[in-house]
Amino acid sequence: MILADLLGGLGRSVLTALAALGRIVIFALSALSHILRPPLYPREIGAALLNVGWLSLPVVALTAIFTGGALALQIYAGGARFNAEAVVPQIVAIGMVRELGPVLVGLMIAARVTSSIAAEIATMKVTEQIDALVTLSTHPMKYLVAPRVLAGLITVPLLVGIGDIIGIAGGYTVAVRTLGFNAAAYLQNTVNFLELHDIISSLAKGAAFGFVASVMGCYFGMHSGRGAQGVGRATKTSVEAAAVLILAANFVLTGVFFTL
Amino acid sequence: MIRMDNVHKAFGQNRVLRGLTLDVARGSSMVIIGGSGTGKSVTLKCVLGLIEPDAGRIEVDGTPVGGGDRDAFLARFGMLFQGAALFDSLPVWQNVAFRLLRGSLKRPADEAREIAVDKLRRVGLKPDVADRFPAELSGGMQKRVGLARAIAADPEIIFFDEPTTGLDPIMAGVINDLIREIVVEMGATAMTITHDMSSVRAIADHVAMLHDGVIQWTGPVADMDGAHDPYVDQFIHGRADGPIEAVR
Repeated sequence: MILADLLGGLGRSVLTALAALGRIVIFALSALSHILRPPLYPREIGAALLNVGWLSLPVVALTAIFTGGALALQIYAGGARFNAEAVVPQIVAIGMVRELGPVLVGLMIAARVTSSIAAEIATMKVTEQIDALVTLSTHPMKYLVAPRVLAGLITVPLLVGIGDIIGIAGGYTVAVRTLGFNAAAYLQNTVNFLELHDIISSLAKGAAFGFVASVMGCYFGMHSGRGAQGVGRATKTSVEAAAVLILAANFVLTGVFFTL
Repeated sequence: MIRMDNVHKAFGQNRVLRGLTLDVARGSSMVIIGGSGTGKSVTLKCVLGLIEPDAGRIEVDGTPVGGGDRDAFLARFGMLFQGAALFDSLPVWQNVAFRLLRGSLKRPADEAREIAVDKLRRVGLKPDVADRFPAELSGGMQKRVGLARAIAADPEIIFFDEPTTGLDPIMAGVINDLIREIVVEMGATAMTITHDMSSVRAIADHVAMLHDGVIQWTGPVADMDGAHDPYVDQFIHGRADGPIEAVR
């Protein structure tokens, strides 16, 4: 009897999770279809590009530069154990471009952008602004969701690219200033070691993470409960879901790029 | 003519509308009264198609809600929301002219702004309010801006959701008078939901009492005081004793 209850509970949880996943997938596909179909709202797209992309630059830059610097120190210290200190430029470059750049930028975007999108849309929902949009013949998916998801798709790969460069610059600065590396040789090693495939995988991850982060913010905002508690829960859940999905997507995409 | 026939709507176990039937004649002002949580807002949202009824039929001039061109359908409506529901990120004039800046009713920005300022003036607001943001306005001013937005595109049907909630009695009186004037002036069909009896007497041609998910009584506002309906009688006199439970 206890076992049956346990299995029943487990089954219900799995079904609930699958149903939620299905709703999110349908929402994401609907958002994509609204991006592709007119009318588009250029002002809203411009505002979303500014918020998701430009205004995220400082936090992305700071995260990348400190991570690149710390990575150089760690690799130098670790490499010294088997006389491999010289690999710092190569490992910093590949570590930032293939893994840390996209993941850290994705997580920072989840923290900064997903939360703000979810809180904004959830507040609009509880104050009936979304109902008002509908009565004013404006589709909320087109006016609120499509611009934000499009901005995530466009700007996060760019932020990842910038984050990669700044992260490598952080490693370079530490290596040259503190660890005594030759500046020209460091840059030469970095450039020679990186392949086009690495850069493409980095930017593709950025696009995927930008999509996930913006869709999660929009989905949980649009499905917020009532009142301040509803807005708070929507915001918290959106960030949790975005962070977990970004890490899961990173694992899957890394596997895919390994096989290519 | 708005016709609601045997409309049902439940949210989980909570059966809000249980066979609501109501006709609103073209050009008349219908006020739906009833306690909090009796389904007044749900009724309005069902007519607009914001909420889909579980059963029943809703028609506007013979066309079922949800059928035909949705944009054209919604273009016939204006709505003043309970909390005004102004868009925080837009200045007042863009809130008022929202419908005129995009979609099928789109006009040049200068013209849209001119109309917005004109509508603001109509609801008693000075043109300098146009460039302020909703957060900079008092509750009464926000309601007026919401009213200006509701009438900006000269709709045939206007809905007012608790138009005087949260306002002081003087401002409530001003909003009631404005609503009455505008509805008469535009010849629009109006549907208002409220539990403010001063609003009812100022705005209504007809009154409908909603309780337990159905219309308990409907008739001209002049007949309301002598209706001899226990629900209406208890509600308009604000008595704790009667068929409406005080604790719901």
